[in-house]
Amino acid sequence: MTRLTLSRALNEGLRRSLETDPKVMIMGEDVGRLGGVFRVTDGLQKDFGEHRVVDTPLAESAIVGTAIGLALRGYRPVCEIQFDGFVFPATDQIVSQLAKMRYRSQGNVALPIVIRIPFGGGIGAVEHHSESPEVFFAHTAGLRVVACADPAEAFSMIQLAIASDDPVIFFEPKRRYWDRAEVDTAAPLTDALPLTAARTVLPGDDVTLLCYGPMVRSCLEAAIAAREDGRSIEVIDLRSLSPIDMATIGASVARTSRCVVVHEAPVYAGLGAEIAARVTEQCFYHLEAPVLRVGGFAIPYPAARAEDHYLPDLDRILDAVDRTFAF
Amino acid sequence: MTTETIQLLTPEGERVDHPEYPLGDDVDIKGMYRDMVLVRRIDTEAVALQRQGELGLWAPLLGQEAAQIGSGRALSAKDMAFPSYREHGVAWCRGVDPVKVIELFRGVNQGAWDPEEHKFHLYTIVIGDQTLHATGYAMGIQRDGAEDEAVITYFGDGATSQGDVSEAFAWASVFNAPVVFFCQNNQFAISAPSDRQSRNPLYRRSSGFGFPGVRVDGNDVLACYAVTRQALRNAREGQGPTLIEAFTYRMGAHTTTDDPTRYRLASELEAWRLRDPIERVRSYLARNGLADSTFFAQVQTEADELAAKLRAACLALPDPPPLALFDHVYAGENAILDAERAQYAAYLEGFAEAAR
Repeated sequence: MTRLTLSRALNEGLRRSLETDPKVMIMGEDVGRLGGVFRVTDGLQKDFGEHRVVDTPLAESAIVGTAIGLALRGYRPVCEIQFDGFVFPATDQIVSQLAKMRYRSQGNVALPIVIRIPFGGGIGAVEHHSESPEVFFAHTAGLRVVACADPAEAFSMIQLAIASDDPVIFFEPKRRYWDRAEVDTAAPLTDALPLTAARTVLPGDDVTLLCYGPMVRSCLEAAIAAREDGRSIEVIDLRSLSPIDMATIGASVARTSRCVVVHEAPVYAGLGAEIAARVTEQCFYHLEAPVLRVGGFAIPYPAARAEDHYLPDLDRILDAVDRTFAF
Repeated sequence: MTTETIQLLTPEGERVDHPEYPLGDDVDIKGMYRDMVLVRRIDTEAVALQRQGELGLWAPLLGQEAAQIGSGRALSAKDMAFPSYREHGVAWCRGVDPVKVIELFRGVNQGAWDPEEHKFHLYTIVIGDQTLHATGYAMGIQRDGAEDEAVITYFGDGATSQGDVSEAFAWASVFNAPVVFFCQNNQFAISAPSDRQSRNPLYRRSSGFGFPGVRVDGNDVLACYAVTRQALRNAREGQGPTLIEAFTYRMGAHTTTDDPTRYRLASELEAWRLRDPIERVRSYLARNGLADSTFFAQVQTEADELAAKLRAACLALPDPPPLALFDHVYAGENAILDAERAQYAAYLEGFAEAAR
């Protein structure tokens, strides 16, 4: 076991993939010499060369568009989009090309591309550096969408994403990059939880908290605080945002009878809405309360000094938990 | 045609030489003629099929046969092509069965050929996207150290206004990627004339990106062949990208849903008819005794037979089975999609039971 930051765990995972498969390559803005603005790719260009760790010109659409061409040639590109708010110039290539290629080619073409995106707020950043655009991609058939939550998960999930023959949009919880935890870097990837599975982070009996990415830690903290009130909260890390692991979610809610979904992205038409609808269909006779959602408001991401009001925190999460017991 | 335009065969069918683009003696001009006649016949038949309700849409190539056959025949077997959606002539050169192209426009699938098998990627409808795919593929060739391979990508005058095309130019240039950008300037992006896309001639666009651009008479199959062949050679030899502007004219509609009489004069079309890409080759072959009336008649018969076969194959195409909707979305598991497939299968089965 090694104690690593989440950023370093991703770095180790990327390194492992580069070592394992000579077709894996990394491309993006500042990923080479600088090692990425969050240092996720630190040292990789030095060890694997400029042909495999490519400092690209500054053009997100071209990062994804040329990655598609490289994948057609047999490579497995891992693209970095520097910040969540900068992915939109690449949306056409992601939605119109990357997501659809396997389908429209009737399986003749595979595009095993990973697009890494640091996402979410809480770092006091300027505009376009704190967004949660995951639902745009979850709504796009043909993509897999995942979010990692802690260093151990980051280490295994990035390798699983790279090994996937489907395109994967890989969200990294920006404000958790410097969280440290023990990571078993010697564990074989075959022991890792599949990319499509949700994970019970903390078992509990009274209510199910569903979350992903940066909100996993927030929900864990909320669950621990709730123990003082005698409430036993089950925390589930979704991990996969498309497809959602409804088997794990349904089994939990059938047992707890209450469910709260937490994400930083706006509640309106967010992933919570999809989950609430599915939980209602699947667990209708088990539910003691409607599925509640905690998330961003129906506003553009606010200025940094106001973001604490926008982002779900321990109190807002527990407020929603309280409300599920009020029905 | 201005003096800056490369031409090896005049509209009257006269051969002219160009010092930078020697043609050589081994060029199969009769083969080029045959290809152009066949693809025009395919095109005519496809328009007719659409008019009769058998195709949802067709994008005619009429007038662009020389640009497509000339450049398509310049490709080696290993070169990779990334088309837009009008490159039926290039598809023909890459050995893609015209029925496969028809399948797409009939709507029974969205691209049925194997791109790697034919070294011809699927059609790309979002304008300009494929130029980045081509550039990335060329970057892959560099990484493979495959010195006998290059890439060509096709796009139109309208596409030059798209950001992706400029990004592709920039990337190909800084990475010195072995890719040829083949722009068919057919004078119109649906209704918008090419001067709505650029104040400068399009071939000069590349100079700002740091690589050469050349304008070729796009209705001259020999010039399109020679210029493309040279650009591909340069790419394979490590000299990086070239932009080719094939100056041509879309003699038909943008697609079968379009009415070009709303935005251009009949006199303009008549002027371009005099520069027809096929007629000038026919004149050249006949005048120089390289082909006789038997040859021309044989090619026409072959074209008509091809069209009849294409029509029969089109009409025989089955609609896709409903549950195939769910196939090939993902390589791996997806429980959400699997559940939808199962539910829809059960729903359909309900009708079958009711009918029993």
